[in-house]
Amino acid sequence: MSSIISVSNLVKKYKNVIAVDDITFTVERGEVFAFLGPNGAGKTTTIKVLTTLLFPTSGQVAINGYNPTTQQDLVRKSFGIVFQDPSLDDELTAWENLDFHGVLYGMDKATRHKRMNDLLEIVQLSDKKKLLVKTFSGGMKRRLEIARGLIHHPLIYFLDEPTIGLDPQTRNQIWNYIIALNKMEGTTVFFTTHYLEEAERYSHRLAIIDHGKIVACGDLAYLKDLTQSEHLEEAFLKLTGHEIREESAGTGDNIRMRLRARR
Amino acid sequence: MKTIYILWIRQIIRFWRSKPRLFGSLGQPLLFLLAFGFGFGPVFAQAGRGNYLSFLAPGVICQTIIFTSIFSGIEIIWDRQFGFLKETLVAPVSRLSIMAGRTLGGSTVAVFQGVIAFCLSLLVGFCPVNWWTVPLAFLIMIMTSLLFTAVGTAIASVMSDFHGFQIIMNLLVMPLYFLSGALFPLDNLPPVMKTITRLNPLTYCVDGLRGVLLGAGVFSLGFDLLVIFSVLMFFLFLGSYLFSKIQI
Repeated sequence: MSSIISVSNLVKKYKNVIAVDDITFTVERGEVFAFLGPNGAGKTTTIKVLTTLLFPTSGQVAINGYNPTTQQDLVRKSFGIVFQDPSLDDELTAWENLDFHGVLYGMDKATRHKRMNDLLEIVQLSDKKKLLVKTFSGGMKRRLEIARGLIHHPLIYFLDEPTIGLDPQTRNQIWNYIIALNKMEGTTVFFTTHYLEEAERYSHRLAIIDHGKIVACGDLAYLKDLTQSEHLEEAFLKLTGHEIREESAGTGDNIRMRLRARR
Repeated sequence: MKTIYILWIRQIIRFWRSKPRLFGSLGQPLLFLLAFGFGFGPVFAQAGRGNYLSFLAPGVICQTIIFTSIFSGIEIIWDRQFGFLKETLVAPVSRLSIMAGRTLGGSTVAVFQGVIAFCLSLLVGFCPVNWWTVPLAFLIMIMTSLLFTAVGTAIASVMSDFHGFQIIMNLLVMPLYFLSGALFPLDNLPPVMKTITRLNPLTYCVDGLRGVLLGAGVFSLGFDLLVIFSVLMFFLFLGSYLFSKIQI
């Protein structure tokens, strides 16, 4: 059985900066895969290449067997995504946001409406579907985005920092949905996070990326063994030389979180 | 087709929900018609040029359209800033259909506002010489709105944040409007002004509309339409090209 995501020798350069430097990894069908690294390590760039938003400088990428550069639409139909920053239309209702997505993905009315109702039920927003998204809290918006990304039955679900800036209860709740969907529909989950305990608890396998290179890839036991560590936190520190949140306390994330809080 | 439709309807819904925009859009043309129309009317009449309000009305209709349509095009910056653009760009649809839907949506809103401005001008005393020419005026309004929505899209595709927005308004939209003959007659202008107004595509939109509604165009209708159509094609291609190059 072929891997659902396979990346080999991927390089992405921006002018003179090498954001992703010769990385190779695979993700298997149905897996929950954590992609960890400090800020600026190349996580988001990698996701953008995998999701057709950026073209690779060199290397091979296959998503569900398709090439993101030459078979964009086939790749796009294969995945759903929750971006790091919110991407809802605040002036539309929750229902309209979902419907818009369903139409863009070419689903007929009956199919998409049934799916939308089911997903709204799962993320517990059924009673809020007629409200404008701008009246939603941060956690509600995230839940809606998570539902939206799944409308077209994607095989792969990309989640870039799905829980950033949310309180612990909401984070827990969101992960319960994600794991339930992974179990129910066999959706492959590929996520990044700054919360190592989330990666520890929910992922089957992890990759740690630093300065554009993958420094380790395997399951939790393997990473702990490799670094002689008790916890992922310790392993991460030994592999990258710094804590995951060291740099995240810096400008980028703070501003993003503040922006999100204001919306 | 469904992609184009859903993007079009989104623009309409957003416009319809934003009531301040709806009412704000009535205020500006009304102010221009009243202040300029009645303010300069006597001077204009003394100079033997006839009724200024009638002369001004097509200019104010064009003003409403150009402001609204450039603004609609530029809304892409908002979508980019608030992340919604990404949602459309990772969907399995072509950039061209996204651009088409947005442009049609922006243009529909602008024409709608133009029609409101037209009705307002009727209320304050404007009257077309021939009612059967109104559909032709409608056509010119549609072309004008498509043209400037495409201009807005082209600009927004190369701007990544709001900072340039004010500059665009002051250095592009305002000059386009004030130097288009919307407010003053095009004949007997100093040579520099004459050249500038003739290079301004909006001049031909205003002139076309004036020609159709009042029979008082400087250029022939055919020439006006030809210029508008050519510039429209150019900006549709430029806008589509720049939009297809957007990277997130």
